[in-house]
Amino acid sequence: MDTAITKVSIIVSKGSLEGVYPGLIMANGARAEGIEANCFFTFFGLDVINVHRYEHLKVATVGNPGLHMATLIGGLPGVSSLVTRMMEQKMEHSDIPNLGEFLALLSDAGCGMYGCRASCELFGVTREDLIPEVKDIISVGEFYHLAAGGEIIFT
Amino acid sequence: MQTTQLTGHDIAVNDEGFFLNPDEWSEAFVPELASREGIAELTPRHWEVIRFMRKAYEERGGAPSVRALSKESGIPVKELYALFPKGPAKVAARIAGVPKPVGCI
Repeated sequence: MDTAITKVSIIVSKGSLEGVYPGLIMANGARAEGIEANCFFTFFGLDVINVHRYEHLKVATVGNPGLHMATLIGGLPGVSSLVTRMMEQKMEHSDIPNLGEFLALLSDAGCGMYGCRASCELFGVTREDLIPEVKDIISVGEFYHLAAGGEIIFT
Repeated sequence: MQTTQLTGHDIAVNDEGFFLNPDEWSEAFVPELASREGIAELTPRHWEVIRFMRKAYEERGGAPSVRALSKESGIPVKELYALFPKGPAKVAARIAGVPKPVGCI
């Protein structure tokens, strides 16, 4: 047990539904193990903590071979919404919390959540656009400072 | 197999300290087990969680993860982490002498 992980910093860089859940599950699982966890939301991953966006994340139906759906069909209007709705129903059936509930769970579990400064500037996102659970908007340098002594997981 | 001494009994545990035979557990072990987990003061709320884990295991053969524990017991997630900072479901399961919860969320 001398090599036990005591701290993780998880970078969430994707903005698709299937792209954000793994990082959040890893963060929550870390807290459940008593491991210190921080999440850093960057680029389209910033949507996860954006109050205007987090309820509208979609499953990627184009360029996602895992879905086993023809790209042409995946690109038709409405298909992404439909597949997303199916996925959400499946997740609800498996008792996987929706994003709003998941973010509250992470926050209550003591997981630190941070927005990426460069991404906020790029997309014109300010503190007011982010969910209240977010601790701060930080730079890459500050992220590395925060992550010091732990593992970094990029998703 | 490892063993640990609890109030004069030799108890078989796994490498993470979980009881191999939950039947060997007794409430008399709780103060000592909690102290080993770094819990300085065992409050009635700690007991509530520990007894809940025990009951859930006895009824279903498995202890719940943090989210299920909170939903089913009605104890908020935040409070669970305040009571058991090193992981509420995991630590409470270890104190309750039941296997580690397997749920991922």
